[in-house]
Amino acid sequence: MVRSHILVCGGTGCTSSNSLKIIEVLEQELSKQGLAEEVKVVQTGCFGLCALGPIMIVYPEGCFYSMVQVEDIPEIVSEHLLKGRIVTRLLYEETVDQDQIKSLNDTDFYKKQVRVALRNCGVINPESIEEYIAYDGYQALAKCLLEYTPEQVIQVVSDSGLRGRGGGGFPTGRKWALTAPNKAPQKYVVCNADEGDPGAFMDRSVLEGDPHCLIEAMTIAGYAIGATKGFVYVRAEYPIAVKRLQMAIDKARKHGLLGKNIFDSGFDFDLEIRLGAGAFVCGEETALMTSIEGNRGEPRPRPPYPAVKGLYGMPTVENNVETFANIPQIILNGAEWFASMGTEKSKGTKVFALGGKIKHTGLVEIPMGTTLREIVEEIGGGIPNGKKFKAAQTGGPSGGCIPASLIDTAIDYDNLIALGCMMGSGGLIVMDEDTCMVDIAKFFLDFTVEESCGKCTPCRVGTKRLYEKIEKITNGNGTMDDIDELEELCNYIKTNSLCGLGQTAPNPVLSTLHFFRDEYIAHVKDKKCPAGVCKSLLQYFIIADKCKGCTACSRVCPVDAISGSVKKPHEIDTSKCIKCGACMEKCKFGAIVKR
Amino acid sequence: MKKKISTIPFMGTAEQEQLLLKVIDTYHDDPSNLMTVMHEAQGIYGYLPFEVQQMIADGMNVPLEKVYGVATFYSQFSLSPKGAYNISVCLGTACYVKGSGDIFDRISERLGIGADECTQDGKFSLTACRCIGACGLAPVITVNDDVYGRLTVDDIDGILEKYND
Repeated sequence: MVRSHILVCGGTGCTSSNSLKIIEVLEQELSKQGLAEEVKVVQTGCFGLCALGPIMIVYPEGCFYSMVQVEDIPEIVSEHLLKGRIVTRLLYEETVDQDQIKSLNDTDFYKKQVRVALRNCGVINPESIEEYIAYDGYQALAKCLLEYTPEQVIQVVSDSGLRGRGGGGFPTGRKWALTAPNKAPQKYVVCNADEGDPGAFMDRSVLEGDPHCLIEAMTIAGYAIGATKGFVYVRAEYPIAVKRLQMAIDKARKHGLLGKNIFDSGFDFDLEIRLGAGAFVCGEETALMTSIEGNRGEPRPRPPYPAVKGLYGMPTVENNVETFANIPQIILNGAEWFASMGTEKSKGTKVFALGGKIKHTGLVEIPMGTTLREIVEEIGGGIPNGKKFKAAQTGGPSGGCIPASLIDTAIDYDNLIALGCMMGSGGLIVMDEDTCMVDIAKFFLDFTVEESCGKCTPCRVGTKRLYEKIEKITNGNGTMDDIDELEELCNYIKTNSLCGLGQTAPNPVLSTLHFFRDEYIAHVKDKKCPAGVCKSLLQYFIIADKCKGCTACSRVCPVDAISGSVKKPHEIDTSKCIKCGACMEKCKFGAIVKR
Repeated sequence: MKKKISTIPFMGTAEQEQLLLKVIDTYHDDPSNLMTVMHEAQGIYGYLPFEVQQMIADGMNVPLEKVYGVATFYSQFSLSPKGAYNISVCLGTACYVKGSGDIFDRISERLGIGADECTQDGKFSLTACRCIGACGLAPVITVNDDVYGRLTVDDIDGILEKYND
């Protein structure tokens, strides 16, 4: 009889900080103390609070141990599991309230979250199909195949108001409805799991934490549009996700949940994994299909849309992982239930990957319409080190920044578009006062220049020219004309590029120009980087109050730019200084600063 | 994306060739499996030199030009060998705002190599990667399969030291 369950996070964040070793040692220690029969260790998917990894929860008590190290295991086993004394020093501080243990769901990080797409992540063992089935798994599929016609399935999805979670926000039901009536010898369902947006990892968490959910949803989509074959296109950078998904597909086949005549309904469906190879443009649906066919992943002009002519020239529905992850819940709980969450035009919940300068980095799932302030200050726990919130970036290289002045914006598709941002796949990177917005624009352009596939000129040449202009500004050689030309070029690229990558590539520049124009002007006119990031614009100064006149700096300066007499404050001649930083390294009193 | 092409002579063994031929044999019926074969080939040889690309082209019955086109399109395929220890620095957004750019520069300076290069002794190679999805640990680097997170520039020397055996 098992009296205790230990859930250990096996997501990429926690395995990167050694959670697999922890599981191994935990199991050894349990059998050493004779508890192997009484305590069960479960490796789950991501809990979401990656900042505190490796994470472990012990049930029935619900003790949330954070940042667990291998060395802590013997103590946890002998104290907590053998003697029943909770190891308080390892508990996540927010779950302890005056010696009482609070439920995790009452902590700031979790209490505003509503988990639909992530509902099984961190709860079940993703490698066990039985656990998924115990949590209502494959019931939605059975309901569709045995009770609904394909048209009814599409109607439910349409009524729910679900929109694509991968970027553009196209209504999922309409996509399915456009594909279903097209007659063809073969149709396909494709899942975009090529999560190329840097800083977004919700799709990976679903694949790692709840792979059967994706299989179930894709099978439902296949039934709805009349497809018998599906492909999951996964990033090769996600080895754990690929392994678990393959395992799940094999198990589903063995249980008759994939393959011929599923649930005796006469419906056949099977899935295959295809590995990506690291090309951001493959997140664009036509490029992804070209890649599955074994080619360079270049996008195709639309129309014809994939609904008519997609993979191998056949009608194809393509959705991303998070979109699919909502489907089984919508079928089980009904369209009204889903539509009751969110805002007028954005229904349901959205998963965000909180990252950057924020205390609680990790995955959060919140109803659409939650304000940025709630996300940053309450769920995210605010900015560390007492710094000030400056902006949040959403939508990755295709998105833009929301400045601190608009922190009360309710996050949904349409509000973000109105601000020149976009939902994208849901990366939400928080920036503080130490982040230079011109540098961020340069960072994203560097990315798009590298990732532009080269097929169309506006994107291939245009992004490169944009990058050069921004680089000129960050090097302190920019002029006011450059800023105007930047804007003009951005608009040109936006309107003339072939695919979504080029059409959205200028967004980071336009957005930072719009909200942080003064920073661009400071780089151009004052030759200063207000955040102190752009290296060519930094200057070294000696703080007179702190300088003891030890002469260490002037002796190490290779160009004799530092002058001053012994025991008197020194000075740096900024016209001579070559910004090597040797003086700053040498100074024992912290008297040299760069700004 | 521009790729560095190695000048180091090809040193594939007969065993490696046998493995590759077996892979090709499994997949050669469907040309859309080209990328799968290339992934496997890179797993066998560590990179995709022209000699290997030629074997794939012959086996899959596609032009060499197409194999080369695919190999240069995707960042995961490498045309130059990796060092015994491949250091990969995450330059995704979350890591970047937490200073991974400086970390990359420090490693590059210490090893005297740039992105996609390998040290003369074949020991270290350096790559810049886009988000491994461990954003909670930002900034992150990986050395082969070891992951190092929450780094500062000052941690770099210590990490490199570990591999200096």
